[in-house]
Amino acid sequence: MEWIRQKLDKIKEPFAPGKKYEKYAPAVNAIDTFLFTPNHTTQKGAHIRDAVDLKRTMITVVLALIPALIFGMWNAGHQHFTQLGGDFTFWDAFAHGALKIVPMIVVSYAVGLGIEFAFAIFRGHEVNEGYLVTGLLIPMIMPVDFPLWMLALSVVFAVLVGKEAFGGTGMNILNPALTARAFAFFAYPTYMSGNQVWVSEASTVDAISGETILGSLAAGENASYSMMDMFYGFIPGSVAETSTLFILLGALLLILTKVGSWRIILSAFIGAAVMGLIFNALPSMGVAGNELTNFPWYGHLIIGGLAFGIVFMATDPVSAAQTMKGKWIYGFLIGFLSVMIRVFNPAYPEGVMLGILLMNVFAPTIDHYVIQSNIKRRKKRIESAKTQVKTAV
Amino acid sequence: MSKGIRIKRGLSLRLEGEAEKELVKAPRSKTYAIKPPDFHALVPKMVLKEGAKVLAGDELFFSKYTDELRFTSPVSGVLKQIKRGEKRKIMEVIIEADPEDTYKDFGKMDAASSDAEAVKQRILESGCGAFINQRPYDIVADPKDTPKAIFISAVSTAPLAPDWGFILKDRLAAFQEGINALKKLTPGKVHLGVDASSAQYLKDIEGVELHNVKGPHPAGNVGVQIHEIDPINQGDRVWTVKPEDVSIIGNVFLTGNYIADRTVAVTGSEAANRKYFSTKIGAEVSALIQKVDEDVRIISGNVLTGLKIAYNQHISFFSNEVTLIPEGNKYRAFGWLPFTYNNIHSNSKTSLSWLFPNRKFKPTTNLNGEERALVVTGEMEEVLPMDIYPMQLIKACMAGDIEKMENLGIYEVAPEDFALVEYVNTSKIEIQDVIRLGLDLMITEVG
Repeated sequence: MEWIRQKLDKIKEPFAPGKKYEKYAPAVNAIDTFLFTPNHTTQKGAHIRDAVDLKRTMITVVLALIPALIFGMWNAGHQHFTQLGGDFTFWDAFAHGALKIVPMIVVSYAVGLGIEFAFAIFRGHEVNEGYLVTGLLIPMIMPVDFPLWMLALSVVFAVLVGKEAFGGTGMNILNPALTARAFAFFAYPTYMSGNQVWVSEASTVDAISGETILGSLAAGENASYSMMDMFYGFIPGSVAETSTLFILLGALLLILTKVGSWRIILSAFIGAAVMGLIFNALPSMGVAGNELTNFPWYGHLIIGGLAFGIVFMATDPVSAAQTMKGKWIYGFLIGFLSVMIRVFNPAYPEGVMLGILLMNVFAPTIDHYVIQSNIKRRKKRIESAKTQVKTAV
Repeated sequence: MSKGIRIKRGLSLRLEGEAEKELVKAPRSKTYAIKPPDFHALVPKMVLKEGAKVLAGDELFFSKYTDELRFTSPVSGVLKQIKRGEKRKIMEVIIEADPEDTYKDFGKMDAASSDAEAVKQRILESGCGAFINQRPYDIVADPKDTPKAIFISAVSTAPLAPDWGFILKDRLAAFQEGINALKKLTPGKVHLGVDASSAQYLKDIEGVELHNVKGPHPAGNVGVQIHEIDPINQGDRVWTVKPEDVSIIGNVFLTGNYIADRTVAVTGSEAANRKYFSTKIGAEVSALIQKVDEDVRIISGNVLTGLKIAYNQHISFFSNEVTLIPEGNKYRAFGWLPFTYNNIHSNSKTSLSWLFPNRKFKPTTNLNGEERALVVTGEMEEVLPMDIYPMQLIKACMAGDIEKMENLGIYEVAPEDFALVEYVNTSKIEIQDVIRLGLDLMITEVG
């Protein structure tokens, strides 16, 4: 390591302040700090600091995503080969998925980090680590056959309009990964919806149906998968959102490390369950309902992108509510609205993307009211103090 | 009468290098210094010139805008040097000490039976006004104000903090007299916070409202106790005094002399002789610690709020503690990997340090990362046991939005209350500095 350190110091020489390439220092620093936690010491305030930093936090989220990603790679192949019929091994399935998904990840990181580096140099600040997570999330929530150039465009839109336009990491209102998906969804609907895209090569091979469970339910058909299949994730869908089991594994890591807010995750699942229960109760109130409303409430929790969205995107601290109480409300409404959109919007069977984006927009409003109650409490205290003084006089 | 305060949120850091409970008389240091920057926002005006002879208790300088506020010499000797910084700002007033102190005689006075104005005058002329701090803003108190109440916290929860019970155990008479004097300054109460588990003798002090405080740091911070007991509203003034300073005030009344005794605990993993030293205010740090090189940071105060000083410099006015910890100017390969380097404490669970609750940590001054935008939420609330939204207040301070700062409770906080928030912050923002700048803005805009 010592040898690498010396090499790095040598490489960094022309980037030092006052030297020729000073402007490009953030780019080299980003690579340096990826290898070594810098030797910076505290200058003001507290002399000692917590071991955690943003890099560590973001890498923890990436780690939490890995189980779902690996399962997603395998499932892409599994869905493809199962529908084709015939024998295939685990590695056949995994390789099939990996060959499609790894290039998506490479494109996403290359394009997104390219923009991040450019902005860091342009604005003269260090490269923020947020994109490490966003860049992995984006391919994970796209259909497996999504063309790479469209993916690149979605990334450009998400980073430029979703994030940098608002001032960069920490300032964005919408979750960047979902912004990318929403862009792709509205710009290229034929690649992002319908019954042709959710299984690898469904659009080119006739024997493969690319329909999701939500799609069939919306079309008024019964789902042909068992609840256990849905929970384990042996179902069609976006790259890595199918397996509730592996998503929960990631959720466990996020909650144990306190990187993800358990309040948001729990309240969002509760919200979804409540909405599902309301719909399930319709027949008892004399309303017939349809396949979607009668789909059991617990089924709503394990199909589609709900679990993935709640665990990995609703918990994005920048776009979520920031107060404790706000997080409960924010999470609950995400779950509640997601299931509502699923049921009421026939054009778009999955509601979690729009549910989260909508609540992203309202999160500052929720926080505003939570904080207002704190401010009111303080003002009331002043009032009561004043009256006390008056009576004392 | 005693009341209980129970603080739930917070973080008590367990660090290596606690001071042994043994009081040693420190060798007399050659020079002593009063440093005007220790009193935030003070503009000093010198009374004496270099070369003047002083007694302990002789006035050195006063506050330009509040001339009753005097600062006196802790020892007798010769005013050796007035050290100035940029724009001729006075940084240090250095006194070369006599081998033995001779005191200026203010005359004895019984605080309890004396007139309030006379008590105030005695406190001011002896230079004890310097010990009285004002909230809001965390600055030296203006003698023209009448505070709503006076708060004293004898609870030490900060990492490696000295034990007030141990420091005060032989000075209870002076402490009691100091309380009697302070009682004259306010129409309200004098509140004394004591550790719920501490020795009885502090609980026998009369004339105070006693509060038994329990809980992790920052429960010992006077600001947190004020917030629990009687929160500061807009327009309020409350005063705070540190426990040892109360006994110095008391001594002025008991003996007629300004005896600036300062007990300093030498702590930290790098300190060789970890004991309590009895010395005078503003002593040279070299009189208490072994010679150290640049790999060791000398902190006048504790690791969260102290001031970095050099080996040849003087201890700060209010410091009851000198902490020595290793400098952390080393690179760490892949330091960002979660669950690695578990020897570094983390309040987040991305390090396995929480698996060893009884382990004492040996922290360095490494920043453990770089400054980033504020991203992570919820971590600050865990260590700030006040009904305040820390992140929102910090952002209001950064933006300089006065109305918002006021609404979110800027009057109730001091930088030290945000020390732990700064410690746990993932984005490594200098939060105490942000709060200080916010308070400074309030001073100029609201006053």
